Amino acid sequence: MADVEIKTLTMNFGPQHPAAHGVLRLVVEMDGEIVERCDPHIGLLHRGTEKLIEYKSFLQAVPYFDRLDYVSPMNQEHAYALAVEKLLGITVPERGQYIRVLFSEVTRILNHLLNVTTFAMDVGALTPPLWGFEQRELLMEFYEGVSGARMHAAYFRPGGVHQDLPEGMLDAMERWIAQFYPFLKDIESLLNDNRIFRQRTVDIGVVSKEQALDWAFSGPMIRASGLAWDLRKSQPYDVYDRMEFDIPVGKTGDCFARYLVRVEEMYQSARIMEQCVKALRTVKGPVRIDDRKIAPPRRAEMKGSMEALIHHFKLYTEGYKVPAGETYTAVEAPKGEFAVYLVSDGTNKPYRCKIRAPGFPHLQALDMMTRGHMLADMSANIGSLDIVFGEIDR
Amino acid sequence: MDDGMKELGDHIAAASGATTGVSVRLGELMLETTPDKVVALLTFLRDDPKCLFKQLVDVCGVDWPEREKRFDVVYNLLSLAKNQRIRVKVATDETTPVPSAAAVYSSASWFERETYDLYGVWFADHPDLRRILTDYGFEGHPMRKDFPLTGFVEVRWDDVQKRVVYEPVKLTQEFRKFDFLSPWEGGIERMLPGDEKATKAS
Repeated sequence: MADVEIKTLTMNFGPQHPAAHGVLRLVVEMDGEIVERCDPHIGLLHRGTEKLIEYKSFLQAVPYFDRLDYVSPMNQEHAYALAVEKLLGITVPERGQYIRVLFSEVTRILNHLLNVTTFAMDVGALTPPLWGFEQRELLMEFYEGVSGARMHAAYFRPGGVHQDLPEGMLDAMERWIAQFYPFLKDIESLLNDNRIFRQRTVDIGVVSKEQALDWAFSGPMIRASGLAWDLRKSQPYDVYDRMEFDIPVGKTGDCFARYLVRVEEMYQSARIMEQCVKALRTVKGPVRIDDRKIAPPRRAEMKGSMEALIHHFKLYTEGYKVPAGETYTAVEAPKGEFAVYLVSDGTNKPYRCKIRAPGFPHLQALDMMTRGHMLADMSANIGSLDIVFGEIDR
Repeated sequence: MDDGMKELGDHIAAASGATTGVSVRLGELMLETTPDKVVALLTFLRDDPKCLFKQLVDVCGVDWPEREKRFDVVYNLLSLAKNQRIRVKVATDETTPVPSAAAVYSSASWFERETYDLYGVWFADHPDLRRILTDYGFEGHPMRKDFPLTGFVEVRWDDVQKRVVYEPVKLTQEFRKFDFLSPWEGGIERMLPGDEKATKAS
């Protein structure tokens, strides 16, 4: 019998595809329905953030971090603020640190709500996103309350946060947390034992511990593969060392484990929020450092003080100079390890600001994860990666 | 904390023999090496029982145009077992290739593609060294310090040709850049415009 030559079919997926989570273009080589190789083409949302930051003062760079991963803005500001603070050698007042941790967790829930529910939509369930987005709106009201913006907050700044919480926000948060636990139970009841959801996710895209290390996974992706690693526990920053929370760890490393880890993380984030709200009722004081060479004065102060007016003018034109040095500062963003490699040459602008986005290595591993799977499993894999192109393309 | 890092750095320098410098600054451990030894050093860092840096979390470039070897390639590694980070730096220029670390860490592949794309650093033996972030058919390396912020070309949709066309950048206003290095705050010894007259007279 003569050898039959099998010709693979090359298919284009995206960049405008509802399951591509943005502008992902994949060139997929297929043998029938089986994926032989997939080559992600990224960069369609490249805006040159790192280059732009090199031309801005240290304070002006903050809003760029909101626009990287636009579903978890505050965690990224957090990484940048911590990096600048490390080079400046300053520490944030206690109340400022609690507010930062509180809003980091608000952001984590925002991100996971989006990912878990749209992941469910990718594999065929429409109700979870409808329910989840209602909760997201409620959380964005907290964003709006502190910063005036629903998404692009620019709230965490080097030296603390921009302003204190408005009156009544802690009570509103407590009410929100109380109704959030039953809501999460409802979402779980929709998906955990759902036959279709399980068929689409269990044993799909399995990543072993060794692979997770080799491909530089982090965050929920590495935890779902069975490694108990969380920067909030192992390298705590701000007041995370005072918080009590558990790290969920997956057993199987497949898409379903990643879903379970994210859902459990939302429970834990709500727990951290509870502790922060409780602490913020007693911890009073400033929310940013009282150094007029770094943090601007209050507007009321400027009405009467010449000195304050000068400081304000200098800080918003020239900014502050950061001592020469370099640091790699990482935080546990909802998607994984988000880090800033900041090099300063002693001027008022960053010399180099490399943004290490967690989604970048995760997407790189998509080829390894989808090989040998069916085409339909690819959208399940992409959904479970939790990728946002704002941060991958930068 | 810093003593432990110094000890670890000295151990790596002695046992691997592939470093040219060890330093601890701001509580971060940094090694320097040369392009020909970087793969050996990374392999050592991954496998040595005292290091176990199993994750290569980031590779990036830094451009210092005034240096002879203008680029730094910076590798950031993480050890989950020891809860320790380390940074490895390699200096190179436009023509000297750096051996690829993709055989040691799978995650290096895309990071090196990005560094090649943005800085034009060559990685030898890389399995697939293509551009990654910039446009198809892009020319130049945009993160180099001598590449202008506005770039060289801009795109627009041409309604006659029914396609996107590339044109040289036209700015309606000159790009504004301010010099904030104040001569009054001290510590900066450099010539400002007009200073040469003052030194001549005195």
